[in-house]
Amino acid sequence: MAEITLVEAIRQAMDEEMARDESVFIVGEDVGKRGGVFRATVGLFEKYGEKRVIDSPLAELSIVGVGIGAALYGMRPICEIQFADFIYPAFNQIVSEAAKMCYRSNGDWTVPMVIRAPYGGGIGGGLYHSQSVEAFFAHVPGLKVIIPSNPYDAKGLLKSAVRDPNPVIYLEPKKGYRLIRGEVPEGEEILVPIGPANVSRPGSDLSLFAYGMMHYYALQAAQKAAEEGIDVEVVDLRTLYPVDRETILNSVRKTGKALIVHEDNLSGGYGAEVAATIAEGAFTSLDAPVRRLCGPDVPAVPFSHPMQEWFMPNPQKILQAIRELAAF
Amino acid sequence: MELNEETRLEMYWMMLLARRLDERAWVLHRQGKIAFHISGIGQEAAQVGAAYALRRGYDWVAPYYRDLALMLCLGYEPREFMMSLMGKRDEPSSGGRQMPSHWSLRRANAVSHSAVVATQCSHAAGIGLAIKMRGEDKVVLVSLGEGSTSQGEWYEAVNWAAVHQLPVIFLVENNQYAISVPVEKQMAVPSAADRACGLGLRGVSVDGTDVFAVYRTFIEAVERARSGQGPTLIEAKMYRITPHSSDDDDRTYRSREEVEEHKKRDPLLTNRRALEKEGLLTAARLEEMEARAKKIVDEAVHYAEQAPYPAGEEAAHPVYAEEVRHG
Repeated sequence: MAEITLVEAIRQAMDEEMARDESVFIVGEDVGKRGGVFRATVGLFEKYGEKRVIDSPLAELSIVGVGIGAALYGMRPICEIQFADFIYPAFNQIVSEAAKMCYRSNGDWTVPMVIRAPYGGGIGGGLYHSQSVEAFFAHVPGLKVIIPSNPYDAKGLLKSAVRDPNPVIYLEPKKGYRLIRGEVPEGEEILVPIGPANVSRPGSDLSLFAYGMMHYYALQAAQKAAEEGIDVEVVDLRTLYPVDRETILNSVRKTGKALIVHEDNLSGGYGAEVAATIAEGAFTSLDAPVRRLCGPDVPAVPFSHPMQEWFMPNPQKILQAIRELAAF
Repeated sequence: MELNEETRLEMYWMMLLARRLDERAWVLHRQGKIAFHISGIGQEAAQVGAAYALRRGYDWVAPYYRDLALMLCLGYEPREFMMSLMGKRDEPSSGGRQMPSHWSLRRANAVSHSAVVATQCSHAAGIGLAIKMRGEDKVVLVSLGEGSTSQGEWYEAVNWAAVHQLPVIFLVENNQYAISVPVEKQMAVPSAADRACGLGLRGVSVDGTDVFAVYRTFIEAVERARSGQGPTLIEAKMYRITPHSSDDDDRTYRSREEVEEHKKRDPLLTNRRALEKEGLLTAARLEEMEARAKKIVDEAVHYAEQAPYPAGEEAAHPVYAEEVRHG
């Protein structure tokens, strides 16, 4: 079995879906000859041509708006937003148009579309190449929001997203593009269903909920904790919206403790929804207050290395939070 | 393509029907029978002229909320309009979810739009892109008000259409006002067509009160789009005779004298006179049309009043495509 990088898994998913379905096409900035600034579309321009791998004008709003129009016509666009930080000009098209189309037309019009965007910090990207945007979209009925944490899921979830009849926000942990490697079987159709979270490491002492890059760190921290005799259950949330409440609750009912980790800002972040889910559905199982380890409430990740490191959760910070919660 | 006499009378009829439905909506609002109306009075000629240049049911349309006459030309039914005004279950745009006049008509290839102006423009560009990718000869008509041409959305969509030479026709219904703000505060050029020219697009301005002039302008643009010669922007100049909506009081920002002056160029009036002068529209014919319109409007109101409301819990769906149940 071949071990590949996260970004290669994403590229493979698009390649396979484009080969399978002629209505699938890619639109975004620098996705053509350049193959994407992160090389996620490399080779696809040469393989499928400029009609299906479209270098858009430098305008995020219309990358999404044009995608919506094409989807209404029956195409399956994959819209690439170069950095999640640049998605806000398209916010209205995503939240008020794509997400509401099915509902507002009573089902007459649907938007089968994927919006891909690299998110997250720790890469020296400063305020505008490091943001986490998931909380904005995981609040919006009509959207599905996915963040993969490993190559297998990245491939299987993206292929499912392309086939999904709804608008899907697919956020890619860019720090993990080449750092996170994993085995992905070749010559095999990999489809990971949108919706279910994944218990990636069973354990009994506490539940650690994370996604994307923080899930990668969570597994590392859980390994260290095990060496100290703390048995952590790690849950990869991977589909953030709709919320898989059952998997969250089942884990907490088993362990009695919950630690939620994300690099997005603490207040109003996705962790608040997980915490509320636990408070409503597993209150009597709790042996400790729910703990959130998140990015601080400052506007975004600063550029200078010491400040970036101060902002970002990492395996050491997660391990410390595990120790504290386990000792409660 | 020359219009025969029957078609020309039919175009006048569509304008008349739209006007009488629109007027009834205002009456229903004053009677307290509906909560909201947004009007297209004064804009019927441009909409009918544009619609008749399309292959209706084949070409695609991304309308905006003043396009009652356009929608009627696409096959939207008077009773459907009345149900929409009353928020009834079977109105086809949204099943009572959207405010009235937020159109969608799948059977006519008319896509759904929101109340955020100009958002439909990039959708039209995307439809045009899809048509081009598939090598088809359909065209897309997208309509908007002149205020919408101030939106970045609009520039991005027009730019896409120009860069990719998409089969899109932008109809700017320049009715001189964006709620209370006059056109000279929207643009520093005389015409929205001039705005398009700067983006490399063919821009044309036409008298939007002359239904046949609009038609002739559109026929050319449609032919160009259909044959791969790219997009056109057509500004149709007219005047919004009514307040912005049933919630607006236009006496706060424009004089009665101004409105009365423009009523002299009401497209229903001027086109009627032109057809009468030609001898095409006789007094008897007009009388028959008025009677027919009244009957249709009465019937539509009656039908809509009898039609059921949606149950409250129908509001739970369909959020996702998987929940859609048709038939």
